[in-house]
Amino acid sequence: MSEPLLSIRNLKTYFSRKGKEVRAVDGIDLDVFPGQIVCIVGESGSGKSITSLSVMQLIPKPAGKIVDGEILFEGTDLLKLNERQISDIRGNEISMIFQEPMTSLNPVLTIGDQISEVLLRHRSITKRKALERAVEMLQFVGVPRANEIIKEYPHQLSGGLRQRVMIAMAMACEPKLLIADEPTTALDVTIQAQVLELMKKMRDQFNSSIVMITHDLGVVAEIADHVVVMYAGQVVESADADSIFEDTLHPYTQALLASIPSIEETKDVLYSIPGTVPDASDFPIGCRFAGRCEKVQSSCLEKMPELRVVKPGHFVRCDLV
Amino acid sequence: MSVNLLEVQNVKKYFPITAGLMLKTVGNVKAVDEVTLTLKEGETLGIVGESGCGKSTLGRMIMRVLDTTEGKIIFNGQDITNLEGKKLRRIRSQFQMIFQDPYSSLNPKMSVEQIITEPFYVNGIASLKEAKKKVGPLLTRVGLKESDRTRFPHEFSGGQRQRIGIARALALNPKLIVADEAVSALDVSVQSQILNLMMELKEEFDLSYIFISHNLAVVKHISDRVGVMYLGNLVEIGDKDELYQNPFHPYTKALLSSAPEPKRNVKKEKIILQGEVPSPANPPTGCPFHTRCPKVMDVCKEIRPVLKEVNPHYSVACHLYQ
Repeated sequence: MSEPLLSIRNLKTYFSRKGKEVRAVDGIDLDVFPGQIVCIVGESGSGKSITSLSVMQLIPKPAGKIVDGEILFEGTDLLKLNERQISDIRGNEISMIFQEPMTSLNPVLTIGDQISEVLLRHRSITKRKALERAVEMLQFVGVPRANEIIKEYPHQLSGGLRQRVMIAMAMACEPKLLIADEPTTALDVTIQAQVLELMKKMRDQFNSSIVMITHDLGVVAEIADHVVVMYAGQVVESADADSIFEDTLHPYTQALLASIPSIEETKDVLYSIPGTVPDASDFPIGCRFAGRCEKVQSSCLEKMPELRVVKPGHFVRCDLV
Repeated sequence: MSVNLLEVQNVKKYFPITAGLMLKTVGNVKAVDEVTLTLKEGETLGIVGESGCGKSTLGRMIMRVLDTTEGKIIFNGQDITNLEGKKLRRIRSQFQMIFQDPYSSLNPKMSVEQIITEPFYVNGIASLKEAKKKVGPLLTRVGLKESDRTRFPHEFSGGQRQRIGIARALALNPKLIVADEAVSALDVSVQSQILNLMMELKEEFDLSYIFISHNLAVVKHISDRVGVMYLGNLVEIGDKDELYQNPFHPYTKALLSSAPEPKRNVKKEKIILQGEVPSPANPPTGCPFHTRCPKVMDVCKEIRPVLKEVNPHYSVACHLYQ
């Protein structure tokens, strides 16, 4: 197998809140290979968004801090770069799309200005060329009337169109890595289907790698090559997508899958995971899922299980597997 | 079981678009454009559709939070379309609502006890003392602790807040609960807790639900019958198993095919619709779906199809089946 494009090693991002240390991301390992779509799944507070913001180094400061780990992008540790060097990469080689396109687009700039801004920052081209490229990108992502839309403002567009504009902007410099944080959560299902198709097309066209953060296991099944399941700041299971769905090993992943209603099969009663996610400023010593796990043993409460290989390419953080 | 608890007859809701100094009406947003449906006692009717299809507006008209532009709402045999004041309040104790956002639907300045006792005195049903006695059992029933009564909404998680909202809705022993995206803001593990709770409560308290959601799988799980809305119109309504296995309307087919399933290698054929939902301020002539319909015919552009029974208790509004 080729070298990973992005390789995260033992990443720890902590926040301080009211004098307490909140361990939002607590030792993550993650590899993304060229052309691969990796989905990070987890519930709110699992640390999935903070992981992606850490890669982009957009962690709100001074509350948040990357305290340990490496983020290797093509072999270079992003954490060792200065602000100038990182902003050469941001938007150029790694770009990001967010959940709520309305709040991530600038309301007082036209669509054309916003897309060309990226190009003007990273490429030595004229404003006119940049606008031409913006139109091309908009057409590529399936925005109708691209020539007129570059003169319009974000509020004039629907949610689906805004998300396409975000994708066009993110893809303008043909980045090697696209990080998408819940890109379809705010969209309707028929529009979501369009956007997911588009993301696959992006990958095929530019051979970009995509890291997609989502809580929706349906979306994961649809698009992922590789899946990383996060719980309470840690990776609990990591495998290729087929194994995650068909050979689910971690009790948390199993419980998650059992608690979603399905369109195709009828479940009389949904499984429900008792309790809630532990407080990130006061994690238990042992397994973080132990308090909600059906299969819990006394040993789970005493020692934190390691993330270990159970089958080739299938990592699980559970000593019972 | 066979009595109609709720009948919605040809209900419309138009919001006027005004312009100029004199606020002259220049057009209408046709949020709901002629919807007819019935709900039997003890039944759960799911309403699905995408944003802007009018499902929430419909729910709010049933709750009489919004007035109807046209049509009738009959609850338990009584026409409630134009009830006002005391009469409305008296009957409204029998239908309650659960909202989507558990953060904004609870008053942050009120304790849980105040939130749950409020329905009693607003409706003049019980004295404060009697009402307070009911708080404890209600809280334990929805899975909270009796001691939670003195706490405030911000001290609870999203799922727990939704439980408070459910306790408030149950307080007056209603017959009908309209739940508008009641689990949409919750994480999946919490979502399943709330869905299970709602299904248990339904049996225990003989409730009927109108369950409004954009999530097809959730609606399928909780409903007996399902109605699909598009651009203010009900396009298909019937038994849930029939609707999910064998949908008639091209929109329902597309909707079901584009909902991602948490499973690999289910090679279902995707129908990816082109374009977006037209504006309800300027809906297309004829069938509202014709601009995106893969099976569009000439007639669809001119004549709006009406809801017609294709099977017993199963209706579709589409020219393919007229």
